[in-house]
Amino acid sequence: MNVIACIKRVPDVSEVDVEIEPSGKEIKKERLTFIINECDNYSLEEAIRIKERFGGSVTAITVGSREDEEILRRALAMGADKAIRVDFDLKGDSYTIARVLSEVIRGEKYDLIFFGALSGDFGCGQVGAYVAKILGINCVTFVKRIEYLSGFIKAYRELEGGLEEAYDVKLPAVVTIQTGINEPRYVSIMGIRRARAREIKVLTLQDLGLKDIDIAPKVKLERLYLPPPVKAAELIAGTLEEIAMKLVALLKGKGVI
Amino acid sequence: MSVLIVAEHRKGEIRDVTFELLSKGREIVKAMGGDLYAVILGKDVMKLAKSIAEFADKIFVIEDERVENNAEAYVRVLKRLVERISPKLIIMANSSFGLDIAPCLAMELDIPLITDCVGLKFSDDKLIATKSIYGGKVLADYLFDYGKTYFVTLRVGEFKVTYEKGRGEIEVLPSIVKEEVVNKRFIGFIEPEKGEVDITAADIIISIGRGIKEKGNIKITEELANTLGGVLACSRPIVDYNWLPKDRQVGSSGKIVKPKLYLALGISGAFQHIIGMKDSSLIIAINKDPMAPIFRVAHYGVVGDLLKIVPELTRMIKESKGIK
Repeated sequence: MNVIACIKRVPDVSEVDVEIEPSGKEIKKERLTFIINECDNYSLEEAIRIKERFGGSVTAITVGSREDEEILRRALAMGADKAIRVDFDLKGDSYTIARVLSEVIRGEKYDLIFFGALSGDFGCGQVGAYVAKILGINCVTFVKRIEYLSGFIKAYRELEGGLEEAYDVKLPAVVTIQTGINEPRYVSIMGIRRARAREIKVLTLQDLGLKDIDIAPKVKLERLYLPPPVKAAELIAGTLEEIAMKLVALLKGKGVI
Repeated sequence: MSVLIVAEHRKGEIRDVTFELLSKGREIVKAMGGDLYAVILGKDVMKLAKSIAEFADKIFVIEDERVENNAEAYVRVLKRLVERISPKLIIMANSSFGLDIAPCLAMELDIPLITDCVGLKFSDDKLIATKSIYGGKVLADYLFDYGKTYFVTLRVGEFKVTYEKGRGEIEVLPSIVKEEVVNKRFIGFIEPEKGEVDITAADIIISIGRGIKEKGNIKITEELANTLGGVLACSRPIVDYNWLPKDRQVGSSGKIVKPKLYLALGISGAFQHIIGMKDSSLIIAINKDPMAPIFRVAHYGVVGDLLKIVPELTRMIKESKGIK
Protein backbone atom coordinates (compact mmCIF):
# COMPACT_ATOMS: atom_id res chain seq x y z
CA MET A 1 0.00 0.00 0.00
CA ASN A 2 1.15 3.49 -0.77
CA VAL A 3 0.50 5.96 1.97
CA ILE A 4 0.88 9.71 2.00
CA ALA A 5 1.19 11.47 5.35
CA CYS A 6 0.56 15.21 5.36
CA ILE A 7 2.34 16.67 8.34
CA LYS A 8 2.83 20.06 9.97
CA ARG A 9 5.40 21.70 12.19
CA VAL A 10 3.88 23.65 15.08
CA PRO A 11 5.26 25.68 17.99
CA ASP A 12 5.26 23.98 21.39
CA VAL A 13 3.40 26.52 23.52
CA SER A 14 3.11 24.40 26.66
CA GLU A 15 4.89 25.95 29.63
CA VAL A 16 5.72 29.20 27.80
CA ASP A 17 4.16 32.67 27.70
CA VAL A 18 2.79 33.41 24.28
CA GLU A 19 3.14 36.97 22.92
CA ILE A 20 1.49 38.55 19.91
CA GLU A 21 3.43 40.32 17.14
CA PRO A 22 2.64 44.06 16.72
CA SER A 23 0.94 43.19 13.41
CA GLY A 24 -1.68 41.33 15.48
CA LYS A 25 -1.66 38.54 12.92
CA GLU A 26 0.95 36.20 14.35
CA ILE A 27 2.43 35.09 17.63
CA LYS A 28 6.08 35.85 18.38
CA LYS A 29 7.98 32.79 17.30
CA GLU A 30 11.66 33.62 17.88
CA ARG A 31 11.93 32.05 21.30
CA LEU A 32 9.62 29.10 20.73
CA THR A 33 10.68 25.55 20.04
CA PHE A 34 8.95 23.72 17.22
CA ILE A 35 7.75 20.13 17.07
CA ILE A 36 5.87 17.87 14.72
CA ASN A 37 2.14 18.26 15.36
CA GLU A 38 1.18 15.57 17.88
CA CYS A 39 -1.53 13.82 15.82
CA ASP A 40 0.76 13.89 12.76
CA ASN A 41 3.40 11.93 14.63
CA TYR A 42 0.82 9.18 15.22
CA SER A 43 -0.28 9.30 11.58
CA LEU A 44 3.34 8.99 10.35
CA GLU A 45 3.85 6.00 12.64
CA GLU A 46 0.67 4.40 11.30
CA ALA A 47 1.82 4.96 7.70
CA ILE A 48 5.21 3.41 8.37
CA ARG A 49 3.67 0.39 10.12
CA ILE A 50 1.50 -0.25 7.03
CA LYS A 51 4.58 -0.21 4.82
CA GLU A 52 6.40 -2.56 7.16
CA ARG A 53 3.48 -5.01 7.13
CA PHE A 54 2.22 -4.84 3.56
CA GLY A 55 5.01 -3.23 1.59
CA GLY A 56 4.54 -0.12 -0.54
CA SER A 57 5.84 3.34 0.22
CA VAL A 58 5.39 6.27 2.57
CA THR A 59 5.56 9.83 1.32
CA ALA A 60 5.64 12.68 3.84
CA ILE A 61 4.46 16.09 2.65
CA THR A 62 4.52 19.45 4.35
CA VAL A 63 3.76 22.99 3.27
CA GLY A 64 6.03 25.70 4.59
CA SER A 65 9.47 27.23 4.76
CA ARG A 66 12.94 25.72 4.86
CA GLU A 67 12.78 25.37 8.66
CA ASP A 68 9.79 23.08 8.28
CA GLU A 69 12.04 20.52 6.59
CA GLU A 70 13.07 19.54 10.11
CA ILE A 71 9.92 17.40 10.44
CA LEU A 72 10.45 15.88 7.00
CA ARG A 73 13.93 14.77 8.02
CA ARG A 74 12.36 13.31 11.14
CA ALA A 75 9.83 11.48 8.93
CA LEU A 76 12.64 10.08 6.80
CA ALA A 77 14.46 8.96 9.93
CA MET A 78 11.29 7.21 11.11
CA GLY A 79 11.07 5.27 7.86
CA ALA A 80 9.39 7.42 5.20
CA ASP A 81 10.69 6.79 1.67
CA LYS A 82 10.12 10.18 0.20
CA ALA A 83 9.70 13.74 1.48
CA ILE A 84 8.17 16.72 -0.27
CA ARG A 85 7.98 20.33 0.84
CA VAL A 86 5.86 22.89 -0.93
CA ASP A 87 7.70 26.16 -0.59
CA PHE A 88 4.92 28.42 0.54
CA ASP A 89 4.59 30.91 3.36
CA LEU A 90 1.64 29.66 5.37
CA LYS A 91 -0.66 32.55 4.57
CA GLY A 92 -4.29 31.79 3.99
CA ASP A 93 -6.74 29.37 5.51
CA SER A 94 -7.46 25.64 5.58
CA TYR A 95 -8.89 25.86 2.07
CA THR A 96 -5.65 27.36 0.73
CA ILE A 97 -3.54 24.57 2.23
CA ALA A 98 -5.97 21.90 1.03
CA ARG A 99 -5.77 23.20 -2.55
CA VAL A 100 -1.97 23.22 -2.43
CA LEU A 101 -1.73 19.72 -0.93
CA SER A 102 -4.27 18.29 -3.38
CA GLU A 103 -2.13 19.36 -6.32
CA VAL A 104 0.93 17.69 -4.83
CA ILE A 105 -1.02 14.50 -4.08
CA ARG A 106 -2.42 14.29 -7.61
CA GLY A 107 1.14 13.73 -8.81
CA GLU A 108 1.76 10.85 -6.40
CA LYS A 109 0.61 7.24 -6.08
CA TYR A 110 -1.61 6.60 -3.08
CA ASP A 111 -4.08 4.22 -1.49
CA LEU A 112 -4.35 6.11 1.76
CA ILE A 113 -3.77 9.75 2.68
CA PHE A 114 -3.24 10.39 6.37
CA PHE A 115 -3.67 13.64 8.23
CA GLY A 116 -3.56 14.41 11.93
CA ALA A 117 -7.15 14.83 13.13
CA LEU A 118 -6.41 18.27 14.59
CA SER A 119 -3.42 20.57 14.73
CA GLY A 120 -2.02 21.87 17.99
CA ASP A 121 -1.91 25.47 16.75
CA PHE A 122 -5.23 26.40 15.10
CA GLY A 123 -7.09 23.10 15.48
CA CYS A 124 -9.44 23.64 12.51
CA GLY A 125 -9.83 19.97 11.55
CA GLN A 126 -10.66 20.90 7.96
CA VAL A 127 -7.74 20.26 5.63
CA GLY A 128 -8.09 16.46 5.41
CA ALA A 129 -11.79 16.60 4.59
CA TYR A 130 -11.22 19.36 2.01
CA VAL A 131 -8.49 17.36 0.27
CA ALA A 132 -10.80 14.32 0.07
CA LYS A 133 -13.48 16.49 -1.48
CA ILE A 134 -11.09 18.08 -3.99
CA LEU A 135 -9.73 14.67 -5.01
CA GLY A 136 -13.21 13.14 -4.99
CA ILE A 137 -12.34 10.27 -2.63
CA ASN A 138 -13.68 8.95 0.68
CA CYS A 139 -12.89 10.56 3.97
CA VAL A 140 -13.12 9.26 7.50
CA THR A 141 -12.20 11.51 10.43
CA PHE A 142 -11.04 11.09 14.05
CA VAL A 143 -9.86 7.53 13.56
CA LYS A 144 -8.63 5.63 16.60
CA ARG A 145 -8.07 2.16 15.10
CA ILE A 146 -7.75 0.75 11.56
CA GLU A 147 -7.96 -2.80 10.21
CA TYR A 148 -6.49 -3.23 6.75
CA LEU A 149 -8.43 -5.48 4.41
CA SER A 150 -8.33 -6.07 0.69
CA GLY A 151 -9.41 -2.93 -1.18
CA PHE A 152 -10.92 -1.37 1.90
CA ILE A 153 -10.27 -0.57 5.53
CA LYS A 154 -12.34 -0.89 8.66
CA ALA A 155 -11.94 2.41 10.45
CA TYR A 156 -13.04 3.10 14.02
CA ARG A 157 -14.03 6.73 14.60
CA GLU A 158 -13.82 8.25 18.03
CA LEU A 159 -17.06 9.77 19.29
CA GLU A 160 -17.85 11.45 22.57
CA GLY A 161 -17.84 9.65 25.90
CA GLY A 162 -15.62 6.75 24.84
CA LEU A 163 -18.06 5.56 22.17
CA GLU A 164 -16.69 4.49 18.78
CA GLU A 165 -18.31 3.86 15.42
CA ALA A 166 -16.95 1.51 12.77
CA TYR A 167 -17.05 2.03 9.00
CA ASP A 168 -15.95 -0.02 6.03
CA VAL A 169 -14.26 2.50 3.76
CA LYS A 170 -13.32 1.87 0.13
CA LEU A 171 -9.85 2.92 -0.94
CA PRO A 172 -8.41 5.28 -1.88
CA ALA A 173 -9.39 7.36 1.13
CA VAL A 174 -8.35 10.20 3.36
CA VAL A 175 -8.11 9.20 7.02
CA THR A 176 -7.60 11.71 9.81
CA ILE A 177 -5.79 10.12 12.72
CA GLN A 178 -6.33 10.65 16.43
CA THR A 179 -3.63 10.44 19.08
CA GLY A 180 -3.33 7.08 20.82
CA ILE A 181 -3.85 4.97 17.65
CA ASN A 182 -0.37 3.47 18.15
CA GLU A 183 2.85 4.10 20.04
CA PRO A 184 5.07 6.27 17.83
CA ARG A 185 8.63 4.99 17.69
CA TYR A 186 11.54 6.83 19.20
CA VAL A 187 13.57 8.84 16.70
CA SER A 188 17.18 9.44 17.63
CA ILE A 189 19.02 12.68 16.97
CA MET A 190 21.59 10.58 15.09
CA GLY A 191 18.86 9.18 12.87
CA ILE A 192 17.62 12.67 12.04
CA ARG A 193 21.20 13.76 11.31
CA ARG A 194 21.70 10.86 8.97
CA ALA A 195 18.49 11.82 7.17
CA ARG A 196 20.13 15.12 6.25
CA ALA A 197 21.83 13.35 3.38
CA ARG A 198 18.47 12.28 1.93
CA GLU A 199 16.69 14.29 -0.72
CA ILE A 200 13.76 16.53 0.10
CA LYS A 201 11.87 17.44 -3.03
CA VAL A 202 10.90 21.12 -3.03
CA LEU A 203 7.97 22.30 -5.12
CA THR A 204 6.73 25.82 -5.74
CA LEU A 205 3.17 26.94 -6.47
CA GLN A 206 4.35 27.52 -10.03
CA ASP A 207 5.52 23.90 -10.28
CA LEU A 208 2.03 22.88 -9.19
CA GLY A 209 0.39 25.17 -11.72
CA LEU A 210 -1.41 27.10 -9.00
CA LYS A 211 -2.18 30.78 -9.25
CA ASP A 212 -3.06 33.06 -6.36
CA ILE A 213 -6.70 33.05 -7.34
CA ASP A 214 -6.86 29.23 -7.08
CA ILE A 215 -5.81 29.31 -3.48
CA ALA A 216 -7.53 32.50 -2.32
CA PRO A 217 -8.66 32.05 1.29
CA LYS A 218 -12.34 32.13 2.17
CA VAL A 219 -11.92 33.50 5.66
CA LYS A 220 -9.72 36.28 6.96
CA LEU A 221 -7.81 36.43 10.23
CA GLU A 222 -8.60 39.85 11.66
CA ARG A 223 -6.50 39.87 14.82
CA LEU A 224 -4.92 37.73 17.50
CA TYR A 225 -5.04 38.69 21.16
CA LEU A 226 -4.52 37.22 24.58
CA PRO A 227 -7.63 36.02 26.42
CA PRO A 228 -8.90 38.59 28.92
CA PRO A 229 -8.19 37.67 32.53
CA VAL A 230 -10.99 35.77 34.21
CA LYS A 231 -11.67 34.99 37.82
CA ALA A 232 -8.60 32.81 37.96
CA ALA A 233 -7.54 30.35 40.61
CA GLU A 234 -6.52 31.69 44.01
CA LEU A 235 -2.83 30.90 44.09
CA ILE A 236 -1.19 29.10 46.97
CA ALA A 237 2.52 29.87 47.28
CA GLY A 238 5.41 29.40 49.66
CA THR A 239 8.04 26.81 50.43
CA LEU A 240 7.25 23.19 49.69
CA GLU A 241 6.24 22.63 53.29
CA GLU A 242 4.11 25.78 53.43
CA ILE A 243 2.29 24.83 50.25
CA ALA A 244 1.54 21.34 51.55
CA MET A 245 0.36 22.78 54.90
CA LYS A 246 -1.92 25.29 53.19
CA LEU A 247 -3.37 22.57 50.98
CA VAL A 248 -4.07 20.35 53.99
CA ALA A 249 -5.76 23.29 55.76
CA LEU A 250 -7.81 23.99 52.64
CA LEU A 251 -8.92 20.36 52.31
CA LYS A 252 -9.82 20.27 56.01
CA GLY A 253 -11.71 23.55 55.73
CA LYS A 254 -13.74 22.17 52.84
CA GLY A 255 -14.47 18.97 54.71
CA VAL A 256 -12.56 16.75 52.29
CA ILE A 257 -10.36 15.34 55.06
CA MET B 1 -31.56 37.31 7.81
CA SER B 2 -32.06 33.73 8.92
CA VAL B 3 -29.94 31.29 10.86
CA LEU B 4 -30.03 27.52 10.42
CA ILE B 5 -28.88 25.18 13.16
CA VAL B 6 -28.33 21.49 12.52
CA ALA B 7 -29.77 19.40 15.36
CA GLU B 8 -27.47 16.63 16.54
CA HIS B 9 -28.85 13.33 17.77
CA ARG B 10 -27.45 9.90 18.41
CA LYS B 11 -29.12 6.59 19.23
CA GLY B 12 -32.57 8.14 19.42
CA GLU B 13 -31.67 11.05 21.66
CA ILE B 14 -31.11 14.75 21.06
CA ARG B 15 -27.56 15.63 22.07
CA ASP B 16 -27.25 18.43 24.65
CA VAL B 17 -25.16 20.59 22.34
CA THR B 18 -28.23 21.08 20.13
CA PHE B 19 -29.64 23.38 22.83
CA GLU B 20 -26.41 25.36 22.85
CA LEU B 21 -26.72 25.85 19.07
CA LEU B 22 -30.38 26.88 19.41
CA SER B 23 -29.50 29.38 22.14
CA LYS B 24 -26.69 31.03 20.19
CA GLY B 25 -28.82 31.05 17.04
CA ARG B 26 -31.64 32.72 18.96
CA GLU B 27 -29.31 35.38 20.31
CA ILE B 28 -28.19 36.25 16.77
CA VAL B 29 -31.64 36.47 15.19
CA LYS B 30 -32.82 38.57 18.12
CA ALA B 31 -30.00 41.05 17.49
CA MET B 32 -30.17 41.02 13.69
CA GLY B 33 -33.80 40.18 12.96
CA GLY B 34 -34.87 37.10 11.02
CA ASP B 35 -35.90 33.54 11.67
CA LEU B 36 -34.18 30.77 13.55
CA TYR B 37 -34.45 27.54 11.60
CA ALA B 38 -33.46 24.10 12.76
CA VAL B 39 -33.13 20.93 10.74
CA ILE B 40 -33.15 17.34 11.86
CA LEU B 41 -32.29 14.42 9.57
CA GLY B 42 -32.43 10.70 10.13
CA LYS B 43 -34.64 7.77 10.93
CA ASP B 44 -37.73 8.23 13.15
CA VAL B 45 -36.77 11.80 14.00
CA MET B 46 -40.25 13.33 14.20
CA LYS B 47 -40.49 12.68 17.93
CA LEU B 48 -37.10 14.32 18.45
CA ALA B 49 -38.14 17.25 16.23
CA LYS B 50 -41.23 17.82 18.33
CA SER B 51 -39.14 17.89 21.51
CA ILE B 52 -37.06 20.84 20.30
CA ALA B 53 -39.39 22.59 17.83
CA GLU B 54 -40.53 25.21 20.37
CA PHE B 55 -37.03 26.67 20.55
CA ALA B 56 -36.88 27.34 16.80
CA ASP B 57 -39.18 29.40 14.59
CA LYS B 58 -39.33 26.49 12.22
CA ILE B 59 -37.84 23.02 12.22
CA PHE B 60 -37.42 21.08 9.00
CA VAL B 61 -37.81 17.34 9.41
CA ILE B 62 -36.31 15.04 6.81
CA GLU B 63 -36.95 11.37 7.54
CA ASP B 64 -34.50 9.08 5.77
CA GLU B 65 -32.84 6.03 7.22
CA ARG B 66 -30.08 6.26 4.61
CA VAL B 67 -28.61 9.46 6.06
CA GLU B 68 -28.08 7.86 9.50
CA ASN B 69 -24.34 7.40 10.00
CA ASN B 70 -23.76 8.25 6.36
CA ALA B 71 -21.99 11.58 6.00
CA GLU B 72 -22.11 11.60 2.20
CA ALA B 73 -25.88 11.10 2.02
CA TYR B 74 -26.39 13.49 4.93
CA VAL B 75 -24.42 16.23 3.18
CA ARG B 76 -26.44 15.79 -0.03
CA VAL B 77 -29.73 16.25 1.78
CA LEU B 78 -28.51 19.14 3.88
CA LYS B 79 -27.06 20.89 0.83
CA ARG B 80 -30.44 20.84 -0.89
CA LEU B 81 -32.13 22.35 2.16
CA VAL B 82 -29.56 25.14 2.44
CA GLU B 83 -30.01 25.97 -1.25
CA ARG B 84 -33.75 26.12 -0.71
CA ILE B 85 -33.92 28.32 2.39
CA SER B 86 -30.67 30.33 1.85
CA PRO B 87 -29.77 31.03 5.47
CA LYS B 88 -27.22 33.76 6.14
CA LEU B 89 -25.55 31.58 8.75
CA ILE B 90 -25.35 27.83 9.35
CA ILE B 91 -24.41 26.61 12.82
CA MET B 92 -23.28 23.09 13.70
CA ALA B 93 -21.58 21.62 16.76
CA ASN B 94 -17.81 21.20 16.73
CA SER B 95 -18.34 17.59 17.68
CA SER B 96 -17.11 14.37 16.18
CA PHE B 97 -20.26 14.39 14.08
CA GLY B 98 -20.10 18.10 13.19
CA LEU B 99 -16.49 17.90 12.07
CA ASP B 100 -17.32 14.91 9.86
CA ILE B 101 -20.08 16.81 8.07
CA ALA B 102 -19.18 20.52 8.09
CA PRO B 103 -16.07 20.62 5.86
CA CYS B 104 -17.78 18.46 3.19
CA LEU B 105 -20.89 20.62 3.24
CA ALA B 106 -18.82 23.81 3.05
CA MET B 107 -16.98 22.47 -0.02
CA GLU B 108 -20.19 21.30 -1.67
CA LEU B 109 -21.80 24.71 -1.20
CA ASP B 110 -18.55 26.62 -1.82
CA ILE B 111 -19.02 28.65 1.35
CA PRO B 112 -16.53 29.70 4.01
CA LEU B 113 -16.36 27.67 7.23
CA ILE B 114 -14.84 28.53 10.59
CA THR B 115 -14.66 25.58 12.97
CA ASP B 116 -14.41 25.42 16.77
CA CYS B 117 -15.70 28.94 17.51
CA VAL B 118 -15.84 30.12 21.12
CA GLY B 119 -17.41 33.47 20.22
CA LEU B 120 -19.77 34.66 17.51
CA LYS B 121 -21.20 38.13 17.03
CA PHE B 122 -22.29 40.60 14.40
CA SER B 123 -20.64 44.00 14.36
CA ASP B 124 -21.36 46.58 11.62
CA ASP B 125 -23.19 43.87 9.71
CA LYS B 126 -20.08 41.73 9.69
CA LEU B 127 -19.96 38.38 11.39
CA ILE B 128 -16.96 38.00 13.68
CA ALA B 129 -16.11 34.46 14.74
CA THR B 130 -13.65 33.96 17.58
CA LYS B 131 -11.46 30.88 17.89
CA SER B 132 -9.39 29.81 20.87
CA ILE B 133 -6.03 28.65 19.51
CA TYR B 134 -2.57 27.56 20.65
CA GLY B 135 -3.96 25.41 23.43
CA GLY B 136 -6.21 28.18 24.76
CA LYS B 137 -3.41 30.73 25.13
CA VAL B 138 -4.50 32.98 22.25
CA LEU B 139 -7.82 34.16 20.82
CA ALA B 140 -8.30 34.88 17.13
CA ASP B 141 -11.04 36.96 15.50
CA TYR B 142 -11.97 35.90 11.99
CA LEU B 143 -14.02 37.58 9.31
CA PHE B 144 -15.76 35.87 6.44
CA ASP B 145 -14.24 37.13 3.25
CA TYR B 146 -16.49 35.44 0.84
CA GLY B 147 -19.87 33.92 0.22
CA LYS B 148 -23.49 34.71 0.80
CA THR B 149 -23.86 32.08 3.48
CA TYR B 150 -21.52 31.80 6.45
CA PHE B 151 -20.87 28.57 8.26
CA VAL B 152 -19.50 27.93 11.75
CA THR B 153 -19.12 25.05 14.18
CA LEU B 154 -19.35 25.97 17.87
CA ARG B 155 -17.17 24.52 20.59
CA VAL B 156 -19.24 22.11 22.66
CA GLY B 157 -20.04 23.31 26.19
CA GLU B 158 -18.92 26.86 25.46
CA PHE B 159 -22.29 28.58 25.02
CA LYS B 160 -25.03 29.02 27.61
CA VAL B 161 -28.39 27.39 27.09
CA THR B 162 -31.26 29.88 27.38
CA TYR B 163 -34.35 27.89 26.29
CA GLU B 164 -35.85 30.96 24.60
CA LYS B 165 -38.84 30.05 22.54
CA GLY B 166 -39.74 30.64 18.91
CA ARG B 167 -42.78 30.01 16.74
CA GLY B 168 -42.26 26.27 16.82
CA GLU B 169 -43.47 25.42 13.29
CA ILE B 170 -42.70 22.00 11.88
CA GLU B 171 -42.25 21.33 8.16
CA VAL B 172 -41.71 17.85 6.80
CA LEU B 173 -39.59 17.62 3.66
CA PRO B 174 -38.84 14.63 1.46
CA SER B 175 -35.29 13.31 1.23
CA ILE B 176 -33.59 13.78 -2.11
CA VAL B 177 -31.45 10.66 -1.76
CA LYS B 178 -32.55 8.25 -4.46
CA GLU B 179 -30.43 5.19 -3.76
CA GLU B 180 -28.10 3.82 -1.10
CA VAL B 181 -24.84 5.72 -0.77
CA VAL B 182 -22.27 3.04 -0.04
CA ASN B 183 -18.72 4.35 -0.46
CA LYS B 184 -18.39 4.32 3.29
CA ARG B 185 -20.56 1.79 5.08
CA PHE B 186 -21.54 2.10 8.75
CA ILE B 187 -20.97 -1.14 10.65
CA GLY B 188 -22.01 -0.23 14.15
CA PHE B 189 -21.26 1.46 17.43
CA ILE B 190 -18.72 0.07 19.85
CA GLU B 191 -19.57 0.78 23.47
CA PRO B 192 -16.74 1.72 25.83
CA GLU B 193 -15.52 -1.12 28.02
CA LYS B 194 -16.63 -1.01 31.61
CA GLY B 195 -13.56 -0.64 33.79
CA GLU B 196 -12.92 -1.79 37.32
CA VAL B 197 -13.49 1.68 38.75
CA ASP B 198 -16.34 4.06 37.92
CA ILE B 199 -14.70 7.46 38.27
CA THR B 200 -18.03 9.24 37.75
CA ALA B 201 -19.19 7.84 41.12
CA ALA B 202 -16.15 9.09 43.06
CA ASP B 203 -16.26 12.01 45.50
CA ILE B 204 -12.55 12.60 45.31
CA ILE B 205 -10.62 12.44 42.06
CA ILE B 206 -6.86 12.77 41.77
CA SER B 207 -6.27 13.39 38.08
CA ILE B 208 -2.94 13.32 36.29
CA GLY B 209 -1.73 14.77 32.98
CA ARG B 210 1.41 15.06 30.91
CA GLY B 211 3.19 16.77 33.82
CA ILE B 212 3.61 13.36 35.46
CA LYS B 213 6.48 12.90 32.94
CA GLU B 214 7.03 9.15 33.44
CA LYS B 215 4.86 6.13 34.06
CA GLY B 216 6.95 5.32 37.14
CA ASN B 217 5.82 8.57 38.77
CA ILE B 218 2.17 7.54 38.81
CA LYS B 219 2.68 5.65 42.06
CA ILE B 220 3.16 8.87 44.06
CA THR B 221 -0.24 10.11 42.87
CA GLU B 222 -1.76 6.70 43.56
CA GLU B 223 -0.56 6.94 47.13
CA LEU B 224 -2.13 10.39 47.47
CA ALA B 225 -5.40 9.05 46.05
CA ASN B 226 -5.36 6.16 48.53
CA THR B 227 -4.57 8.48 51.43
CA LEU B 228 -7.49 10.76 50.51
CA GLY B 229 -9.83 7.84 49.79
CA GLY B 230 -10.15 8.97 46.19
CA VAL B 231 -9.65 7.46 42.76
CA LEU B 232 -7.02 8.10 40.14
CA ALA B 233 -8.12 9.59 36.82
CA CYS B 234 -6.27 11.30 33.99
CA SER B 235 -6.28 13.48 30.88
CA ARG B 236 -6.05 12.13 27.34
CA PRO B 237 -2.26 11.84 26.85
CA ILE B 238 -1.96 9.40 29.76
CA VAL B 239 -4.39 7.04 28.02
CA ASP B 240 -2.70 7.64 24.64
CA TYR B 241 0.59 6.51 26.25
CA ASN B 242 -1.18 3.43 27.68
CA TRP B 243 -0.22 4.42 31.22
CA LEU B 244 -3.82 4.21 32.51
CA PRO B 245 -6.89 2.51 31.01
CA LYS B 246 -9.40 4.44 28.91
CA ASP B 247 -12.10 4.28 31.61
CA ARG B 248 -9.95 6.64 33.74
CA GLN B 249 -10.01 9.41 31.11
CA VAL B 250 -11.81 12.65 31.99
CA GLY B 251 -12.98 14.83 29.10
CA SER B 252 -15.15 14.96 26.00
CA SER B 253 -13.94 11.63 24.64
CA GLY B 254 -13.84 10.13 28.14
CA LYS B 255 -16.01 10.67 31.22
CA ILE B 256 -17.80 13.72 32.57
CA VAL B 257 -17.19 13.95 36.33
CA LYS B 258 -18.50 16.21 39.11
CA PRO B 259 -16.69 15.14 42.29
CA LYS B 260 -16.46 17.11 45.55
CA LEU B 261 -12.73 17.44 44.97
CA TYR B 262 -10.91 17.39 41.63
CA LEU B 263 -7.18 17.64 42.06
CA ALA B 264 -5.58 18.28 38.66
CA LEU B 265 -1.91 17.34 38.68
CA GLY B 266 0.20 18.40 35.70
CA ILE B 267 -2.87 18.89 33.51
CA SER B 268 -2.62 21.97 31.26
CA GLY B 269 -6.37 22.10 30.67
CA ALA B 270 -7.16 21.55 27.01
CA PHE B 271 -10.81 22.45 26.45
CA GLN B 272 -11.65 18.80 25.77
CA HIS B 273 -10.51 18.07 29.33
CA ILE B 274 -12.21 21.11 30.92
CA ILE B 275 -15.59 19.97 29.54
CA GLY B 276 -15.23 16.82 31.62
CA MET B 277 -14.49 18.36 35.02
CA LYS B 278 -15.51 22.04 35.15
CA ASP B 279 -18.57 21.41 37.31
CA SER B 280 -16.60 19.79 40.15
CA SER B 281 -17.36 21.43 43.55
CA LEU B 282 -13.71 22.12 44.40
CA ILE B 283 -10.97 22.21 41.79
CA ILE B 284 -7.34 22.47 42.82
CA ALA B 285 -4.66 22.51 40.14
CA ILE B 286 -0.93 21.98 40.42
CA ASN B 287 1.02 22.88 37.29
CA LYS B 288 4.43 24.29 36.39
CA ASP B 289 3.03 26.69 33.79
CA PRO B 290 1.35 29.74 35.38
CA MET B 291 -0.41 30.44 32.06
CA ALA B 292 -1.91 26.95 31.79
CA PRO B 293 -5.64 27.23 31.01
CA ILE B 294 -6.44 24.87 33.92
CA PHE B 295 -5.89 27.86 36.27
CA ARG B 296 -8.82 29.61 34.58
CA VAL B 297 -11.27 27.01 35.88
CA ALA B 298 -9.52 25.91 39.08
CA HIS B 299 -10.63 27.47 42.38
CA TYR B 300 -7.16 27.11 43.86
CA GLY B 301 -3.85 26.72 42.14
CA VAL B 302 -0.23 25.95 42.91
CA VAL B 303 2.42 26.91 40.38
CA GLY B 304 5.04 24.27 40.96
CA ASP B 305 6.35 20.78 40.40
CA LEU B 306 3.83 18.12 41.25
CA LEU B 307 6.60 15.55 41.64
CA LYS B 308 7.87 17.52 44.65
CA ILE B 309 4.55 18.75 46.06
CA VAL B 310 2.56 15.50 45.93
CA PRO B 311 4.82 13.39 48.21
CA GLU B 312 4.98 16.25 50.72
CA LEU B 313 1.21 16.67 50.61
CA THR B 314 0.66 12.93 51.08
CA ARG B 315 3.03 12.92 54.04
CA MET B 316 1.21 15.81 55.74
CA ILE B 317 -2.25 14.38 55.15
CA LYS B 318 -1.09 11.10 56.69
CA GLU B 319 0.35 13.03 59.60
CA SER B 320 -2.87 14.97 60.13
CA LYS B 321 -4.87 11.75 59.99
CA GLY B 322 -2.45 10.12 62.40
CA ILE B 323 -1.37 7.55 59.80
CA LYS B 324 2.26 6.53 60.01
